Amino acid sequence: MRKLLFESLIRPPLTERAPQVSDAAVDELARALDGMARRKLGRSLSIRAVDAGSCNGCELEMHALNNAFYDIERFGFHFVASPRHADVLLVTGPVTKNMREALKRTFDATPNPKWVVALGDCAKDGGCFAGSYAVVGGVSDVVPVDLHIPGCPPPPIEILKGLIALLDGANGNARKSQAGTARA
Amino acid sequence: MPALADLIEADRQVEHHAPWPRAVVAPKLWNLAVEQLANGRWNLLGLWGEPDKVHMALLDEALDIGVISLDCRGGRYPSVGQHHPPALRLERAAADLFGLAPQGLPDTRRWLDHGQWDVSHPLAARPGGPPAAASYRFLVAEGESLHQIAVGPVHAGIIEPGHFRFTAGGETVVRLEERLGYVHKGIEGLMAGAAIDRAAKLAGRTSGDSTVAYSLAFARAVEAALGVTPPPRATWLRALMAELERLANHLGDIGAICNDAAFAIMHAHCGVLRERALRAADAAFGHRLMRDRILPGGTASDLNEAGADAIRSLVAEIRRRFPHLVELYDNTASLQDRTVATGRLKVELARQYAAGGYVGRASGRDFDARRTPGYAPYDQLTFDVPVLQEGDVNARVWIRVREVEQSLSLVEQILGRLPAGPIHIDLAVAGSAAPREGMALVEGFRGDILAWLRIGEDGTIERCHLRDPSWFQWPLLEAAIEGNIVADFPLCNKSFNCSYSGHDL
Repeated sequence: MRKLLFESLIRPPLTERAPQVSDAAVDELARALDGMARRKLGRSLSIRAVDAGSCNGCELEMHALNNAFYDIERFGFHFVASPRHADVLLVTGPVTKNMREALKRTFDATPNPKWVVALGDCAKDGGCFAGSYAVVGGVSDVVPVDLHIPGCPPPPIEILKGLIALLDGANGNARKSQAGTARA
Repeated sequence: MPALADLIEADRQVEHHAPWPRAVVAPKLWNLAVEQLANGRWNLLGLWGEPDKVHMALLDEALDIGVISLDCRGGRYPSVGQHHPPALRLERAAADLFGLAPQGLPDTRRWLDHGQWDVSHPLAARPGGPPAAASYRFLVAEGESLHQIAVGPVHAGIIEPGHFRFTAGGETVVRLEERLGYVHKGIEGLMAGAAIDRAAKLAGRTSGDSTVAYSLAFARAVEAALGVTPPPRATWLRALMAELERLANHLGDIGAICNDAAFAIMHAHCGVLRERALRAADAAFGHRLMRDRILPGGTASDLNEAGADAIRSLVAEIRRRFPHLVELYDNTASLQDRTVATGRLKVELARQYAAGGYVGRASGRDFDARRTPGYAPYDQLTFDVPVLQEGDVNARVWIRVREVEQSLSLVEQILGRLPAGPIHIDLAVAGSAAPREGMALVEGFRGDILAWLRIGEDGTIERCHLRDPSWFQWPLLEAAIEGNIVADFPLCNKSFNCSYSGHDL
C-alpha cells in the first residue's frame, strides 16, 4: 500500500485539468461554479440521487462523477445519503407507478430551498418506456422540475454542465414553497 | 432417469423454435420435469407466462437445453415453486402479469404488482380492473428481543430502489426479506407488438450495466428465430464489446466492494481503471456503455484502427496497474478481515438455484454460458472459467479478479484475429407463413441472461421474455446474509451486485 500511495504522490493527478482549447468544459465549470456556489450556497451543493425507475445507466454515470477524473467534490457538489440533507434531488428514470409515492415522499422530505434535476432521456417524458401501464411518465409528472439533462445516459461531463446551468438559473430563484411551478 | 430431449420428443414439439427444441407437454410430463428440478438433477433456466400458457426453460444433466410449455386450462397450472423454490418469484411475477394461477404455490403475495397500476394482469388476454389495495405482509421471525429494520425503496447511496426488511437480534441478522418490483417498467408489455428495432432498444435498456449483454441476447434470439447468422466480423465485435463491458463492471465492483469495507484507496484506483475502460469503449464504439451498438443482424458500429489502439492501450494500462491492486487487496489484513468468511453462500444453494455468474462460480457452480451452451466466437477463443468453493465475499471478489484477467486475454485474442468484412446484414422479417420462435443464453458480467421471443407473421415481436441472472441470485442473498451482522449487509449486497431493473423489468 505504501508503494501505491507513494506512486500517487509522485504521479501527476488524473483529475482533468484544462483549460486546453479542446477540453475546456471542466475548467469552465470550475470557474463558474466557484463564484456562483460561493455566493448562494456557501460553496456547497448537496445532491440526493433518486432512482425513480431508471435502467441504472444514469446511476453508473453519476457514480463516475466521483472518480478521480471528474472529482465532483472539488466543485462543492456532494452526494448525500438523505433527502433531509439535500439541496438538489437528482432524479432518474421514467417514473414507474411503483416508485411514484416514494419519489413524492422524498421530495416532501427535502427542505426548502430545493431544486429538482431530471437526469436522462427517460426522466424527461418517460423516454422509450412512455405509454406503459407501469410508467407514470417523466419526473415533472410527479414533482416540479427545474432542469432537465438529456442523454441516454448523459456522460459525466454533461451532468456537470447541467448542474452549473442549474446554479445559473437558480441564482436567487430557489423554490420558496413546495407549490412552486416547473421551470424545466 | 429421463433426458430432457426424450421428454420433449415424446410430446408435441413446436416446429419453428431455435436453436433448442420446445414442446407443449401434458401435465404428467410437466410434473415429471418438476420432479427432476426438485431432486436436483436439472436446472431451471427460466419460467415465464403467456395469456394461456406457461413455459419453462430447462438444462439437464447432459447440459442440453429445452423448453417445455403447458396449456393452462382456466388459467391454472401445477406450481413448480412448491417443489422447486427457485421458481417461486418467477411464478408470482407470471401471476401478476398474466393472471396465471399456480396451484399449490406456497407464497401467493403479489410480487411485481404493488397495487399501483390502473390494471391487474396487464398482459393477460383480458386485463382486469385495478386490484384492491392490500398491504404487503412480510414474513415473520419470532424470538426474544428481535427488532426490524426497514430499508428502502430509496436507498442511501446512488443505488437502484428496492426494499429490504431485516429482522435482527442485536447486531445479527436473523432474517432478511427482499421486496422488489419498484422499477417495473412493463418492458415485456411494451415489446408485445413492437417492431424488432424498437424491441431491441428496449432490450438494451433492461439493465443499464448489461446493455451489451442484453442487446446481444435479444439479437441472438431474433437471429435464431429467423435462421440467420450475422457476418463474422460482427460476431467478433460483439464479443469484444461484451468483454469490455465485463471488464468495466468487474473493475467497478471490486473497488466498490472494498469501499463498502471502508477501504477507499481500492475504490479510487479501480474507479480510474473503470473510467479508462468506459473511455476506451467510447473511443472505439462511440458510446461509453456501448448502448444500441449491437443490433439483430450484426452491429451498429465498426471498429477502426484508432479505436483498436484505444482498446490496446486500455489493456496495457490495466495489465500495468491491476496486479498491484490485487496484491494490495490480498495483503491488507483489515480488508480481508471483512471479506473472508462473510456472507457465505452454500454450494448446495448455488446449485439448487442454478446461480449464474460470480455468485454461482464463487460457490462451486462451474457454469458459463460462453462455454455451455457456448456461442461464436468463444468456441474459437481460449479462456478459463474460474471456480471457487468458499462462497464468501472474498471468493466473489477473487472470481471477478480472475475474470478481469480472462477478459483482458480475450480482448487481446479478439483484436489479434478480428476478421474483416461487413458488420451487418439486413433481416427479412415480414411475410412468414408462421410465427417463429428463438432463444438465446448469453453470459453477461453478472451471469447468464436468457432471451426468448416469438416473431409474428407480420415481423413484429409477439412475445419476448428476458430473464435476468438476478432472479436466481436475489433469493440467495437472503440466505447468505443470515447470521452476519447488519453492518456487513452492504458488503454482501455489493458482492452479489444483483440488478433491480433487470429483475423488475
